[in-house]
Amino acid sequence: MPSRVEPAPPHLPVITRMEMALRLFMIQSAWNYELLLGNGIGFCVEPALRLLPGGKKGVAYREALARQSQYFNAHPYLAAVAVGSLARAELERAEPARIERFRTALCGPLGSVGDRLVWAGWLPACSLLALAAFGLGAGPVTVVLLFLGLYNAGHVALRAWGLSVGWRRGMRVASALANPVLREGPAHLARAAALVAGVALPLALGRAIGPGRTLLGGSVLVVALMGALAARLPVWLQGWRLALGVLAIWIIYSLAQFTVVR
Amino acid sequence: MSSDAPIAALTVLGAVLGLDVVSFPQAMLSRPIVAATAGGAVVGDPVSGLLAGATIELFALETLPVGASRYPEWGSASVVGGALLGLHGAMHPGALSVALVAAIATGWIGGWTMIQLRKLNGVWARRLRSSIDSGHGTAVVGLQFGGLFADLLRGGLLTLLSLLAFVPLAEATLAIWGADARLSRAVSVVVAASVAAAAVWKLFRVTAGARWYLLGGLALGLLAMWLQ
Repeated sequence: MPSRVEPAPPHLPVITRMEMALRLFMIQSAWNYELLLGNGIGFCVEPALRLLPGGKKGVAYREALARQSQYFNAHPYLAAVAVGSLARAELERAEPARIERFRTALCGPLGSVGDRLVWAGWLPACSLLALAAFGLGAGPVTVVLLFLGLYNAGHVALRAWGLSVGWRRGMRVASALANPVLREGPAHLARAAALVAGVALPLALGRAIGPGRTLLGGSVLVVALMGALAARLPVWLQGWRLALGVLAIWIIYSLAQFTVVR
Repeated sequence: MSSDAPIAALTVLGAVLGLDVVSFPQAMLSRPIVAATAGGAVVGDPVSGLLAGATIELFALETLPVGASRYPEWGSASVVGGALLGLHGAMHPGALSVALVAAIATGWIGGWTMIQLRKLNGVWARRLRSSIDSGHGTAVVGLQFGGLFADLLRGGLLTLLSLLAFVPLAEATLAIWGADARLSRAVSVVVAASVAAAAVWKLFRVTAGARWYLLGGLALGLLAMWLQ
């Protein structure tokens, strides 16, 4: 069997690691259409770069920080993988051109995997589960704690795993992205979320409308019809925009009813 | 009623939850089901806040923040929606309809303000370009914290202006509401649920087998709804 012993990473003090982890929660705060997440990557890697020879005033620190603050795009949670691996590459004094190539190569996978796993999987799954709890009659505290507890268990674990695996593997992190959770997780999550969606929507509808089978039965039929129509809308014409128009018309109608009754 | 609205507390809440959408900490405190419940709790009615939150959450299922897509800013908007419903009570005829319109309109404007903030971040990044390119730590850290505080300010201002506009408007509208209370509530929820039904179909139909899970869940959900 071939040996798969990985070279040990350089020493990273706990306080530096914690500062990097905390900064990851702010990685998008300077997001803009030119650098995208670029400045955020530099901001998160910066505590580690202070360990380079010469410290904050050294040439190595400045060159590395300039390199890490250029254009970068990724999912904000999975950007932790990039932060860990790029910090290690800089502290191991890898060749700058190699770091830049590696940095560019990370963008695509960290964006698409994160979008599918989190935005199109974990977030709607947790949201729909909270809606199901609401539909089953849970109170405000239960619904909010269920949603936040569940969502953030996954969210914080993903960021922590990303930073850790990035630091441990350095520029060999590509194999970690083949992890079954990242590769097959989105499809399993989508199926589970679809099941929860089916349960949650009628239950939430039932609780929000309140008792009365005739009104509820009619509402279910209208939702099925309008939902089928809305699913055929072109992407640019989003349903919430149409909904705003429908609700505005409803308000005008209701105010007109008051005038008619008087 | 409007004089009872704790505008300052709601503004702070809107600022903090607006910040959560993108800048810090993206823990989804800004999701409608959380933010509107919090808005309702601030005005003393978390149960009405939860109803507003669950309904706005149905709209938000359509606008997941995939890639660099443009979407409504639901955090501050849901605080406004939850507070408005909390101020009048979920049983008040038309209160949910008015709260939803206020929340969607605020979310729409909030999405526009987020784009302006991203452009502003770009202007600041251009100004600091030479410092960033020469690896000045203060420039990189300063740009990041500048964006953070600007976003906090954006969310607070948006919430404040929206409350100043919608609290009296809601009061005036609900005073002359003519339609039946239960029908009004049903119309609002049906519109939201239709958007959500289309959204989940579009989201999950691309995954092999997911549509069958959706249909199976729907059968279970309808049965449970009918038995409740």
